[in-house]
Amino acid sequence: MAGGAASGGSAATDTYKEARNWLLLPSWVYLGAFVLVPVIMMLIYSFLTKEFRGGVVWEFSTAAYDQFFFDRGLFGDEPARIEWTYITIFWRSIWQAGAATLLALAIGFPTAYFIATRPEQARPMWVFLITIPYWVNLLIRTVSMKFMLRDSGPLNDFLIGTGLINDPISIINTNFAVQLGLFYSYLPFMVLPIYASVERYNFSLSEAAADLYASKWVTLRRVLLPAVKPGVIAGCILVFVPSMGSFLAPDLLGGAKNFMIGSLIEEQFKGNAGNWPFGAAASMVLLSMVLIVLMIFARQQAKAEKEAS
Amino acid sequence: MKNLLKSGVAAMALVTMASAAAADGKVVVYHWFEYIPQELVDKFTADTGIEVVMDTYDSNEAMLASLKAGGVGTYDVAVPGDYMVKIMASAGMLDTIADGELTNKGNISPTWADPSFDPGRQHSIPYQWGSTSFAVNRDVFAGDINTTDILFNPPAELQGKINVLDSQGEVMAMAALHMGIPQCTTDRDQLKALNAMLLSAKENWVSFNSDTAKEVLVSGDAAAGMIYDGFSAKARAEGANVEYAFPTQGYIAWMDNVVLLKDAPNRENALKFMDFLLVPENAAQLTNWTQYASGVEGVAPLLDEALRTLPEANPQDGAGQAVFIEACDEEVQAVYDTIWTNLKK
Repeated sequence: MAGGAASGGSAATDTYKEARNWLLLPSWVYLGAFVLVPVIMMLIYSFLTKEFRGGVVWEFSTAAYDQFFFDRGLFGDEPARIEWTYITIFWRSIWQAGAATLLALAIGFPTAYFIATRPEQARPMWVFLITIPYWVNLLIRTVSMKFMLRDSGPLNDFLIGTGLINDPISIINTNFAVQLGLFYSYLPFMVLPIYASVERYNFSLSEAAADLYASKWVTLRRVLLPAVKPGVIAGCILVFVPSMGSFLAPDLLGGAKNFMIGSLIEEQFKGNAGNWPFGAAASMVLLSMVLIVLMIFARQQAKAEKEAS
Repeated sequence: MKNLLKSGVAAMALVTMASAAAADGKVVVYHWFEYIPQELVDKFTADTGIEVVMDTYDSNEAMLASLKAGGVGTYDVAVPGDYMVKIMASAGMLDTIADGELTNKGNISPTWADPSFDPGRQHSIPYQWGSTSFAVNRDVFAGDINTTDILFNPPAELQGKINVLDSQGEVMAMAALHMGIPQCTTDRDQLKALNAMLLSAKENWVSFNSDTAKEVLVSGDAAAGMIYDGFSAKARAEGANVEYAFPTQGYIAWMDNVVLLKDAPNRENALKFMDFLLVPENAAQLTNWTQYASGVEGVAPLLDEALRTLPEANPQDGAGQAVFIEACDEEVQAVYDTIWTNLKK
């Protein structure tokens, strides 16, 4: 994928060399106004002094990061220990988002493969079908999920009706419900990039592998997967990152019993805490973590491409 | 074709009406979600020609945050709860209503004319008031429910089936009543005990939901839940066999108020809107819809019969005192925040 883009790019560079900077201007303006400026504002706010009940005082302070990393007891006057509260919350979010990503991969990969192997004129219809539910607002879909999963909901009614179970399974207000909700919210972000990769995959490679006595499993693992890896990685990132910061699914499906990062940050702005610098600091930590994960992926991919070429 | 023509004419009429309304200006209202019937808004526009533009919020704190983040000067009026009026007034976010500016100010019932959160009603008028406590599904639990033990030390039938409001203020105030300690206490032992009590009580809670506090009771997701009185009445109307409790330890009183915001762009219209809400007929129409209670004198005879005898509005003998939520000072609030984070980590 990246290789094709690079070769196409070099030809384009020659043609548009003069105008390149001007043609790139819209993206620079966009990145500057909607990415760089907000992130810098967030960074600045995280180092300001909090104003009681929301807002900031323009005085430098590291109190927000101190609160994040050090535990000074209920009254804030004990000697500093390592603060586990927020690490726990972050760990929970990573775990929930990771589980949702795995679920999405387990369902999304076969789905994408299925679509990519349909006759060419049928594929747009399948892609269309995948996206239809996502025309509905996320909030509505999450609430519908709640209706589906609850003890007296259709899922339990069905299972009881078939005689598989006698008493309803409690799914709503559990971690699993949150994972299901996240999985359902972001599934197309997994399917579409993988579909794009598999569609471009040259299936004669699989036939060649079979001719060389590779089993189906080996063909999948050693031939297909490496070829579509960029799509899989893109899909995983697109599901994992928004899942990490989500607060709708944890609130509605998980019963808001435990903070995830998203709800912790929301509480700093919309809840009683009203601690804007701390909300900004928690966002910065989240952003840094996501950046580190992305950089690791990017480096590995670059390494893999270098080896391949 | 005829129908098409008709709807075309109707559309034209609507456009003309809209522009007529625009001629008299607008009032920009920052309001709770689902807290005013559309008919009442239409009536105001029909009476005065002033168009009502409305944004909504779902908690006092969310409203405060968005006003602090640049909302002042955009909105004319907002509808904060009791303690939030005090917070906003002390932050200088409210405009003062001078004597004589509100024609119908005299309609405010004497009980609410001089409340502790806004002495002399300098910035606000009553919107609706009521109580916050909890409701219990009587199919699940038939015993005595008029005790805060239901929430914090529940009987076996209700364990693991309790929803609490996802709101620090309400939960902390209720917990303080349960323990018999003052709200916003500065006593360290009491605060430690409060922290420990809430952590152990959480074991029996199934969820923290405010927006869906009614819905979880109707659907059966929760068998008992903290709830506002009007929500409980609506849950009952929707078929849930719930009973609203007035615990002997006391329960929470609340009053929402229409406040005149500082730098209101349409100050005159905002005052007209407030005057409109103080007319008994309008206050009654509002109250019949919300099923809470009005702070306007002369509303009683205009209320639906069912509302006057509503169980949620009539505490039994021996019910505890209704208390307003207090706004804690900065030091105590910091401890409250830590306790709340402990509870939800």
